[in-house]
Amino acid sequence: MKMDIEKVARLARLELSEEEKVTFGSQLEQILTYMEQLNRLDTSGLEPTSHAIPVNNVFREDEVKPSFPQEEVLAIAPDEEDGHFKVPRIIE
Amino acid sequence: MKLHQLTIHQLHALLVKKEVTSKEATETLYRRIRETDGRIRAYLLLTEEEAFRQADQVDRKIAKGEEIGDLSGIPLGLKDILCTKGIQTTCASKILEGYVPFYDATVIGELKKKDAVFLGKLNMDEFAMGSSTENSGFQITHNPWDLERIPGGSSGGSAAAVAADECIAALGTDTGGSIRQPAACCGVVGLKPTYGRVSRYGLVAFASSLDQIGPITKDVEDCAILMNAISGYDPRDSTSVKEEVPDYKQSLKKDVNGIRIGIPKEYFIEGIDPEVEKAVRDAIDFFRKWGAEIQEISLPHTEYAVAIYYIIATAEASSNLARYDGVKYGFRSKGYRDLMEMYTQTRARGFGKEVKRRIILGTYVLSAGYYDAYYRKASQVRTLMRKDFDEAFQRVDVIVSPTAPTPAFRIGEKTEDPLQMYLSDIHTIPVNLAGIPAISIPCGFSRQGLPIGLQLMGKHFDEGMLLRVAYTFEQNTDFHLRKPKLT
Repeated sequence: MKMDIEKVARLARLELSEEEKVTFGSQLEQILTYMEQLNRLDTSGLEPTSHAIPVNNVFREDEVKPSFPQEEVLAIAPDEEDGHFKVPRIIE
Repeated sequence: MKLHQLTIHQLHALLVKKEVTSKEATETLYRRIRETDGRIRAYLLLTEEEAFRQADQVDRKIAKGEEIGDLSGIPLGLKDILCTKGIQTTCASKILEGYVPFYDATVIGELKKKDAVFLGKLNMDEFAMGSSTENSGFQITHNPWDLERIPGGSSGGSAAAVAADECIAALGTDTGGSIRQPAACCGVVGLKPTYGRVSRYGLVAFASSLDQIGPITKDVEDCAILMNAISGYDPRDSTSVKEEVPDYKQSLKKDVNGIRIGIPKEYFIEGIDPEVEKAVRDAIDFFRKWGAEIQEISLPHTEYAVAIYYIIATAEASSNLARYDGVKYGFRSKGYRDLMEMYTQTRARGFGKEVKRRIILGTYVLSAGYYDAYYRKASQVRTLMRKDFDEAFQRVDVIVSPTAPTPAFRIGEKTEDPLQMYLSDIHTIPVNLAGIPAISIPCGFSRQGLPIGLQLMGKHFDEGMLLRVAYTFEQNTDFHLRKPKLT
């Protein structure tokens, strides 16, 4: 098994340098090999645990409550205009 | 004893007796920080103006004869992963440089209601990913007991500041040992509460099914005081649990007679430093002498803990950290040509090496074709690990082990070998995977004078039992009273 690090970096929206691709590649191979020890265990039919404490759906009344003021939220944005977050053009 | 060396309960007593003001205490702490933090480098940000305003307010209350609480006017330090309204919160990451939250984490709000004074924000591994605080995007924190060594991590700034008397106590967070291991490395007390005991609202998420906020303190009594303040259900965190919160100060009894203590044999195999093992065995003898019932137990899936953890934690992190895209807050790279480049360059320049490594790993284990082999498999083995603890806790009340396999290692020793770094978390990780509480307390020193930590693990929501057993040990030993020679 060999990780296609460029593909994974693309999925993660990360630009990696050539040096990072090489070092991460070998380090992650080593880590994944270590993780293969889990295959020694037969887990067929076992329920996976996603939370250690059983939590059920938590519902609340559907009431309108004040949210954070728009100007406070936009004040810390890297770029904003007319009450919106501003990003590079995405539609030609 | 000097003012900055006091515990919460000691300083509280002086404030009540009007022998000292909160302002004087706060001034003393900032003086101490100016004297020692150039060498320790625990603080990322000092918030003097806010702190003195808060201290003055408490002093006025005292002057008027109002009754004050345990934390009123007490100068605390905060790990820089907790959102503080109007005060920069960076997670020690360049991607959050300049980020000033417009809201407080629930625990911060609770401490403000109790009139605590916040001295500043403390260093950590970037996004809490690390065991040495060397992954901070800004600075390396040094262990007050030996400046050439790491303070542990990820709450290394918090533990070092408490050990160096640069704050009276601090808050940290723990995803795989990040409160307990630095507490052990720095010779202080650190408690990771049961998952769901403390609200995570406003705690910047790393691995949401594992993260918890907890105290790092100079003694067990202070730990109980902070637990009283931060515990409880919060409707803003749907994973916090509606379970009654006891008064943890009532747990501080010097009595372990008849308490059943389990010693997990899997925690005492290869790789443990002999001095660490000796100190922990001595602590076990102490408990036996004090009437506890000692039993050997087995937690058979311990050897899989690191593998499970670094699949689940990185998977959750890759999802949680997708939000740092340069759009809503924090850093945005310059020089991009389109939206995709804005994302990839912002993240490439904003995140440090370890964070990138973990995002890549987490993305991979969740990706199509690998999900079942890694994430699902790890979550299934996590079930086995949880069952190990369920079965053990039918026979015992508390499980005792070392907090970390070795005392603090040298700065730079493990930075090039991430797997070795991950393996240093072997004793603390199972606790987070099972969601149980655990505390680390000082139980000895190596010949080189480095602190050694004892870990006590308990049943879900049984922090009171941990505090009681820890208090009994602490009050009959003097390890917690020793101070690093920093002068």
